[in-house]
Amino acid sequence: MSSSTALATVGGSRTDARNDVMAVNAAEEQYVTFTVGSEEYGVNILSVREIRGWTPESRLPNLPDYVRGVINLRGIIIPIFDLRARFGGGATSVTKRHVVVVIQVGERTRGILVDAISDILAIGHDAIKPPPDVDGGMVDAEYLSGLYTADDRMVTLLSVEKLFSVENSELDSATKALPALERAS
Amino acid sequence: MEDLSRFKQTYFDESAELLEVAESGLLRLTPGEVDSDEVNAIFRAVHSIKGGGGAFGFTELVAFAHEFETVMDGVRNNTVPVTTELVDTLIRANDLLGQMLAYAREGDPAPAGTTDGTVAALRRHLSGGAPQAQAPAAAPAAPPPTPVYAPTYADDEDDEAGLFGDAMAAIAAARAEEDPVPPGKLRWTIVFRPRSDLLMSGNEPAFMLRALRRLGDATVECHTDALPNLQNLEAELLHLSWTVTLLADADVDLDKINDVFEFVADDCDIRITAEAPPPAAPEAPPPVTDPVPVATPPTVVAAIPEAPKAEPPKAEAARPRPNGGGAEHAGLTSHTIRVDLDKIDRLVNMVGEMVITQAMIAEHVRELPPGEFQELLEGLEQLAQHTRELRESVMSIRAQPVSSVFSRMPRLVRECAATTGKEVQLVTSGETTEVDKTVVENLVDPLTHMIRNSIDHGLEGPDERERVGKPRAGTVHLSAQHRSGRIVIEITDDGRGINRPKVLSKAIEKGLVQPGATLSDEEIDNLIFLPGFSTADQVSNLSGRGVGMDVVRRNITSLGGRIGVYSTPGEGSRFVLSLPLTLAVLDGMVISVGEERFVLPLTNIVESLRPKAADLHGLVGKCDVMMARGEYVRLVYLHQLFGIPGAVADPTHALVVLVETEDGSRLGLVVDEVLGQQQVVIKSLEANFRRLDGVAAATILGDGRVALILDVAGLREMSRHMDSRAPRPPSPPVAALPAPALEPV
Repeated sequence: MSSSTALATVGGSRTDARNDVMAVNAAEEQYVTFTVGSEEYGVNILSVREIRGWTPESRLPNLPDYVRGVINLRGIIIPIFDLRARFGGGATSVTKRHVVVVIQVGERTRGILVDAISDILAIGHDAIKPPPDVDGGMVDAEYLSGLYTADDRMVTLLSVEKLFSVENSELDSATKALPALERAS
Repeated sequence: MEDLSRFKQTYFDESAELLEVAESGLLRLTPGEVDSDEVNAIFRAVHSIKGGGGAFGFTELVAFAHEFETVMDGVRNNTVPVTTELVDTLIRANDLLGQMLAYAREGDPAPAGTTDGTVAALRRHLSGGAPQAQAPAAAPAAPPPTPVYAPTYADDEDDEAGLFGDAMAAIAAARAEEDPVPPGKLRWTIVFRPRSDLLMSGNEPAFMLRALRRLGDATVECHTDALPNLQNLEAELLHLSWTVTLLADADVDLDKINDVFEFVADDCDIRITAEAPPPAAPEAPPPVTDPVPVATPPTVVAAIPEAPKAEPPKAEAARPRPNGGGAEHAGLTSHTIRVDLDKIDRLVNMVGEMVITQAMIAEHVRELPPGEFQELLEGLEQLAQHTRELRESVMSIRAQPVSSVFSRMPRLVRECAATTGKEVQLVTSGETTEVDKTVVENLVDPLTHMIRNSIDHGLEGPDERERVGKPRAGTVHLSAQHRSGRIVIEITDDGRGINRPKVLSKAIEKGLVQPGATLSDEEIDNLIFLPGFSTADQVSNLSGRGVGMDVVRRNITSLGGRIGVYSTPGEGSRFVLSLPLTLAVLDGMVISVGEERFVLPLTNIVESLRPKAADLHGLVGKCDVMMARGEYVRLVYLHQLFGIPGAVADPTHALVVLVETEDGSRLGLVVDEVLGQQQVVIKSLEANFRRLDGVAAATILGDGRVALILDVAGLREMSRHMDSRAPRPPSPPVAALPAPALEPV
């Protein structure tokens, strides 16, 4: 995928997609799914603004490694989160084939770095299974909204709202650690 | 429906401005020396709010505004004496009017009885004055209300009449001689000559004539002389004009008549003349308070906007401050437009993008073989110049005079003075100094805090001042000026100055300073900006909650500004704020550290140099210092603070950029390279992410990559934290920070 490609079917026609969904089944929603390593994740298509190829980021100082840095998205500056690093898999070594999913949550726009886009799925509410208890050390179950089986693959559905709110509070405590450490010394 | 709500929005916007006009006018209203221009301005403001409110059917608001207006009218006619209590009541009334507007905006009815107290207070003042403020004809001894339209009996012939020398007015005047006006009445002659396209805008003259008839006994004459013959008649144009003779009670004033023509004032030529009954007393003195030159015996003429092709606005020149209802219409010729801020912001953003694109092109062009493409280079040079001009023009649209903030301060001073029992005089200067709207808006809180602080802590009570040989009233001076691309605001008081021993002991007590530490006077003065510091022995209503000056400093710093204090014991203190003129663009120096590039604000940079090994020294194993121009400055390694790999660690191979923070202290920032100076567009990092220590904002460089703009004061803070942790910096990276250092790409 070239760096400037936006998936027209995804970014360009969100409202159409929404209307289709409405028409087909009110209880069905569309999800964009993507892979990180061997795992497949999905986010609600309505929160996806566009999908773009990887462009080099500018690093931000003193933040956890899952905050990859910031990029210029047509004049606005958005942070990029490395989903692999977020899930404890270490930082992604990026290539030109890596993809950033640009997500809008409320007023804020953010990008998540993933390996590749795999599918767009229409998923009925009934087909989503609740996530089992996951070991909190690796993954916070909070931002997993459910699991879905597509053919023989398992797709983990993410709640972007929760994902980012968890990140916010974690980053808060990371930044606050500075003065605290100073007092300790 | 949507259109109406837009008009409403405009009405509320305008009303907010009018309230401010009224308030600042009221604050200048001093008993004994009433400036009729000021009074008229207040009256007009209230009247306009009332008029607009009437159009939207805000009955409660209109009723209250009417009470307010009546008192102002009394003040205007000198029938209501201006006293301190009156001014207080009027200020309260103005506040209440603001509240009523807020209710109207929300569409809520005001709680019952909201206005009762104030209305009662207003009426009390009114009853103290002459009873018949509105009826000059009934009380000929009282100075006439607004001589523009009211009858006056000056006995000298005034050639102003010639200005309006109009056959119809002359006829009216002639008629006056043969048919005297009955006592207690006024005869108005209204010449209404609509423009021929009046009907196109959906106006119906018949309604206006009918409305006039409701005001009194009206005789309407229709003039058909302009009517073309049938073959030339265009049915959609209006060819008629009218003269209305209206015999009305004395309480019908020019405003009421003007109201009838409110919506067509721009599309017609109206002349209104009033004629009073023959005077009971043969001679009354000419108006003393407001000798407006349009007094013609026995009829006075007020011309409302000149028809477009009428004679040049000579009448306007003759009456620089027209009174009464005509003024609002006259004001419509102003050369300003109201623009939604979003539109300007979009423009600012667009220009920002253009600056980036232009930098990008310039970067590519630099790689072309030199000597060729001469024309391209010249064109680019021109483009750069135009871009810069465009940027400046756009920025100037957003610029606002600081007067909008300064004008709020007299009120504050008044209240603070009342609460503390001190006598305070506020002097302002440089109100017209312009600065970006965002900066202006963000100045309100800091200035409020600081002025409170000056009055509460700085100024002495009147008795104490007298004892030390100062005038009883303290002075607070608020000034603004442009200085080297920034706006500098100073707040000076002639109070007791900062009590250094007290500040120091307080700081020690609060653990902000080590006991036994020796601090310079300046350092002690600057302690007041520390969080949690407050010297007030008692927590007063005004300040002293310990959230004062540190919040001020934070606000100012977040605007890219600096604050300093200079104090002389016994003589007073001076707070100096320095702020950037705009928050959108910054002159910066692009530097590189490892693979990363950063922008340093040019205002922070003193110089850059490559130190010799002999200039470098370790300081008690804590940090490195460098000798620069006879001064030791501390070195701060940017790659350490930010955990950047692959940077040049040895200062003798790197560059040291000498930077200065807001309080004038210097430090040496160790970077790999200085890449060049550039104008950058400031982009928010917080809009989509968060604030970061040591980073003021971000920007986009010519290659489209993001670069962080450094916050020098923040870097200094970070390096202090690091000093207290790391035993000796140069070697280990920032171990204590939670994130692993950024890895190479």
